[in-house]
Amino acid sequence: MTTTTSTRYTLGGDEHLFVELSESMSLDAFFRGLLITNELSARSLAGVTEICPANASFQVRFDPDVLDVRRLQAVLEEIESRIGDRESTLDTRIVEIPVYYQDPWTHETLMRFRERHQDPSSTDIEYAARINGYADVDSFIEAHSGTPWFVSMVGFVAGLPFMYQMVERDKQIQVPKYLTPRTDTPKQTVGYGGSFSCIYSVRGAGGYQMFGVTPVPIYDPEHKSDHLSEFAIFFKPGDIVTYRPIDRAEYDEILAAVERNDYTLRTAPVTFSLAEFEADPAGYPARMLEALDED
Amino acid sequence: MKIDVKKPGLLTTVQDRGRSGYYHLGIPPSGAMDQLSSRAANLLVGNDEGGAVLECALMGPELTFSDATHIAVTGAEMMPSIDGEAQPTNAVIAVGAGQTLTFGFAQGGARAYLAVAGGIDVPEALGSRSTYALGALGGLDGRPLQAGDVLPVGRAASVPPTDRQLPDELRMPLSKEHELRMVRGLYDHRVTPDSMETFLGETWTVGSEADRIGYRLKGGTPLEFVPRTPPFGAGDDPSNIVDACYPIGSVQVPSGKEPIVLHRDAVSGGGYMMVGTVISADMDRIGQMQPNAGVRFVDVTVEEALDARRERAARLDRIRHLLAC
Repeated sequence: MTTTTSTRYTLGGDEHLFVELSESMSLDAFFRGLLITNELSARSLAGVTEICPANASFQVRFDPDVLDVRRLQAVLEEIESRIGDRESTLDTRIVEIPVYYQDPWTHETLMRFRERHQDPSSTDIEYAARINGYADVDSFIEAHSGTPWFVSMVGFVAGLPFMYQMVERDKQIQVPKYLTPRTDTPKQTVGYGGSFSCIYSVRGAGGYQMFGVTPVPIYDPEHKSDHLSEFAIFFKPGDIVTYRPIDRAEYDEILAAVERNDYTLRTAPVTFSLAEFEADPAGYPARMLEALDED
Repeated sequence: MKIDVKKPGLLTTVQDRGRSGYYHLGIPPSGAMDQLSSRAANLLVGNDEGGAVLECALMGPELTFSDATHIAVTGAEMMPSIDGEAQPTNAVIAVGAGQTLTFGFAQGGARAYLAVAGGIDVPEALGSRSTYALGALGGLDGRPLQAGDVLPVGRAASVPPTDRQLPDELRMPLSKEHELRMVRGLYDHRVTPDSMETFLGETWTVGSEADRIGYRLKGGTPLEFVPRTPPFGAGDDPSNIVDACYPIGSVQVPSGKEPIVLHRDAVSGGGYMMVGTVISADMDRIGQMQPNAGVRFVDVTVEEALDARRERAARLDRIRHLLAC
């Protein structure tokens, strides 16, 4: 992997070191951040209290009574210099998330907030399809669900995944956020802002465009679903996600299964290689999806 | 031992020292916003200083105690009364079985801390009893108190001396004007130097959106940004960045207009640039800023931030020493 010199260290007061790997989003920056933060975590440096990888940056919270920030930065620089020679592969999992696009609940919500939208005369998904050059919503949904995504950050609120699509940059969907954020977003809404897709883990405020909803919970402090029985949050950075479009009948079926505690999320272990992806950005993601059928 | 909640107050939550280690998954530290006051309240009644207390914002609750116990109220001046009789703050108060505690509106400061001997005994969630309302986690059913709630109280380890008091000089100062020291950085290079000077020279006003997630400030001059081509994935607004992690205490300025200082229930990340971070020693003060209070940011170095941190630690040590059982 190429080593860049764009890394910028900056302080977040006396307890945080903020590291920007790239000003713009790229898979290379995301991977460097993930590899560096994984290595920092493995070293269990005394005084480090939180390690937060983000899309193209990361943040470390530390106790300055225990760890001098200059030492922390030196450790991170040393880790980054070694990452340069390392092959960027990631042992992770692929997860299939069923999505009911253009569902009635996000539709009702987006209609309530039309005055905060760039184009009050169309829906969020019609607008996104048009400004990204798609002939119609169906072909837009095909592009949105045709290629897997990386969970490049978890946060904002409990367990919300930010996802970045595995396609060449010229095929990446970009949409602005709402002009003013909404005060309401249905739980499990599949949203989009900038170059990121997300799934809202809880009901609440939000500024991303709303495309649909998944019947599968991704956060539950009461641990009711199988895939949340051990921990309240499902996603972690590095997860790979594929969206599968479903209709109302299947949505209702899955929801009923979730409520009976009888729903199993399809997931499979997978190894991702950045080099292989970059060598074949169209074919490699399709091969990754095969892991779900093998499992 | 239990406490019946007759009236919940404006926004009363169970809080302790907070939880650590889950911010990377979007779960913020939570915990008492004014840790100096909450710790002092615990120490007054003989609890572990990080025990669970009630954080009462602006207007406190009405509570009835099932058994005789000892309590203490610190932080905001909220005029506690027992069965209608006025009680001192920053002191040990004896409460009889069946008696009712009421509060007035905060006369100074914004958050009072109520400690009960034995501590509020809700179950721990991810290592803390603190309420994180956005994630419905911790506290009592993951939410602020409601009328009709019943709060369990733990067993008191000892009976505190009833003449114990927190002297004036160790109480959190409750003023109408506040200075928040901040270390510049993060994305301040996106703002023109003149505009950054203006930002630091102004007095801001605490807006109505001032809660545990963050404090929005109003009334200053909008920032002027250094021109740029938007980076891929950031968004077109000059205040947009590729969504990143937000430090606790960081000062973000959406669209360059109204700064928001993030606090203990912070959203853990997002796409707005930040101009700096309030130092750890001044985070307690934010919890005592009332709506409409005046706020100035004072630019300090990391060395000054660390000095202030040591001063705060020394102050906490004096409180511990003074209130030791």
